[in-house]
Amino acid sequence: MNIHALQQIVHQTRDARRKQTFPRLSVADRDQLIHKYHPDYRASAYRPLRFGPNEGERTVVELATLLEGDSPLDEHVVLTPHYYADVLVIGGGGAGCAAALHAHEAGAKVILATKLRLGDSNSVMAQGGMQVSVAPEDSPITHFLDTLKGGHMENDPHLLKVMVEEGPSIAKWLIDLGVLFDRDADGNLHVKKGGGSSKPRLLTCSDYTGLEIMRVLKDEVINRRIQLIEFCAAIELLSDDDGACTGAILKDLDNHQYVVIAAKTVIVATGGIGRLHIQGFPTSNHYGATGDGLCLCYRIGAKLSHIDTFQYHPSGAVYPEQLVGALVTEGIRSEGGHLVNARGERFVNELDTRDVVSSSIIRECEEGRGIRTMSGRVGVWLDTPLLDIEHGPGTLEKHFPAMVRQFERFGIDIRKEPVLIYPTLHYQNGGVKIDINAETGVRNLFVAGEASGGLHGRNRLMGNSLLDLMVFGKRAGLTAAARAASMKQGKLTLNHLERFRAEAKKHGNVSGVISPMILPAYTRKG
Amino acid sequence: MTMGQNDDNLIDQPEVLQPRMVTIEISGKQYTVPEGITVIKAMWYAGQEVVRGVGCLGGFCGACATYYRTKDDPKVKTCLACQTAVQDGMSFTMMPPFPARKAIYDIRTLQDPKQDLFNLYPEAPLCRNCNACTEACPQKIDVREGVWKAVFGDFQSVATMFMDCVMCGMCAPVCIADIAPNLVALYVSRAQGAHFTEKPMGLEARIKEIEEGRFNDEWNKIFSMNKEELAELCAKVK
Repeated sequence: MNIHALQQIVHQTRDARRKQTFPRLSVADRDQLIHKYHPDYRASAYRPLRFGPNEGERTVVELATLLEGDSPLDEHVVLTPHYYADVLVIGGGGAGCAAALHAHEAGAKVILATKLRLGDSNSVMAQGGMQVSVAPEDSPITHFLDTLKGGHMENDPHLLKVMVEEGPSIAKWLIDLGVLFDRDADGNLHVKKGGGSSKPRLLTCSDYTGLEIMRVLKDEVINRRIQLIEFCAAIELLSDDDGACTGAILKDLDNHQYVVIAAKTVIVATGGIGRLHIQGFPTSNHYGATGDGLCLCYRIGAKLSHIDTFQYHPSGAVYPEQLVGALVTEGIRSEGGHLVNARGERFVNELDTRDVVSSSIIRECEEGRGIRTMSGRVGVWLDTPLLDIEHGPGTLEKHFPAMVRQFERFGIDIRKEPVLIYPTLHYQNGGVKIDINAETGVRNLFVAGEASGGLHGRNRLMGNSLLDLMVFGKRAGLTAAARAASMKQGKLTLNHLERFRAEAKKHGNVSGVISPMILPAYTRKG
Repeated sequence: MTMGQNDDNLIDQPEVLQPRMVTIEISGKQYTVPEGITVIKAMWYAGQEVVRGVGCLGGFCGACATYYRTKDDPKVKTCLACQTAVQDGMSFTMMPPFPARKAIYDIRTLQDPKQDLFNLYPEAPLCRNCNACTEACPQKIDVREGVWKAVFGDFQSVATMFMDCVMCGMCAPVCIADIAPNLVALYVSRAQGAHFTEKPMGLEARIKEIEEGRFNDEWNKIFSMNKEELAELCAKVK
């Protein structure tokens, strides 16, 4: 049927739906729904790791294959450094920039290396906002409890306390650097309510929060003249005889040569795994989200945490084909947008946690109440025109300019037409296990941002990622800089790789692939 | 996605079942690709490895700034390659990195940001009103107007107008006065935020509360709870 004909049911049922309220699910109902429909519980998508620090633990097959993968290096690689640093930051997104800026401020010689350009990351796409408990009726305690509840009580409480307590001072730091958060008439920070949060707590810059923060942080990295090495992907970390991290080997993606960096401390801020398209899902992630940092840290001996759980953002675009996987911000639901099935019915409290909302969308589609496209995709409607009706004409244009523009390019006016959405692979809930100073189990190796694990438990709340990467980027940067000031550069060896290869051999070199992946293989062959 | 249902809720997309192939030109070479895929996907379809020129793939990062022309139209336009569909006869090439000069400053210690603009970007007031920057902007920002507002000290308006700016930099190569408007606007927006925006009192109050240990008793209580007690407390938060 014509898409406009199919959309009629959304317009016809709107008034009736506006009178309905949907309570959030009880813990028991929530667990039942998730166990039945959430992709994290599709057992066939998982297998145990056969060796390494997380031997015996399960993760998705796509990630297991890379974690058990071999390094591209041969043992004769020359380890003569091209550069020296106190702090080497790998990754140029939000966590990497925050780490580099704070390490630099603390007086360290910093190198920031990134496989694409400075700033190319998921951070730049963050639309929903950053959670900081600034409202008088809110508190760090409430922020803590909301997050713990959303994470199924599996969050590391010590990491979580640090994050919620340092949130306000991070917001101040960003404002002092010139970040333009939305304000109320009295000059206070405007806060919005996010899914799974009991109080309005999201600081926003319209729907460009990540872009605005990243414009400022990138500019600041350049202003401080921090040494940048762009288009160079980290392919292996270096270790000394005691197993501490001492640097990294990068591969220059322009001339394919190796770049060896001797660093007293290394901060891995390489982000997530969306581009592995686990379980065949489309993704909202940027081009470089291939889990490189996880592979590097795993090979050098750092333990990972919660690597069996991923976040499927409820609203990835399904139509038009050009936008498949692209994110439709949760802000639409925060401001009252309904999710509507093919019968014109709501089926979930739209502001429940992301795992609950995603599971319910998958349920509707699997039970035949979805809308299908000829590309073999399926989805449910997100009633965007409702926002202008509810809050007055111009609301979408004012609060969601990025989204209006994105769909307008393909001839869709979201002010008049609902959009079709289905869960999209969005975030890696776990990652490399860190302590409250972002240090891993490997000495002098730090991890910050999405690549780290433990903070979010089994499900991250909206708006906690931007805060996570600022807080732990800062802690990694400050701790690494202080550490570097009181030590000498360690020896550069690949001892850890020899050990890893020996173990792989014992298990029959199981995966047979080279990792890290660096970039996804989208180029058509032949 | 398994589905047991009829075709009542199937969106018509004949182009998906029988994709029409179109001929396009990438950096001067001809390729045949399915109509309607994005410019960046057309490059992958044509067998090209793309390292530079892809970023977020969501229209936010400005990595994929591209020049294109449609069939028989002499006008060369600009777009983001991840947000634009190919059509028959389209010819495109990606913008190489452009060496625009970025001024170096410490935003926090500026004494007179509106005057400092002329020291940092002395070319900013030399705009000759050709409007090429506005025409080059894939985000439809009125860039020329923004440059003038910056020069006249209306930093507030510039900050609002350029919130959409993805820093693709396509406004810079076309400027006959060698202005990089995106960089000027970035400076102006940061100065607006750091120097001309009220400090939020609620935030300052919260920071003070935390520093003074206002929540310490509650923290101690929480960290002495067992898992069941904590779950119970979480359930009570509404």
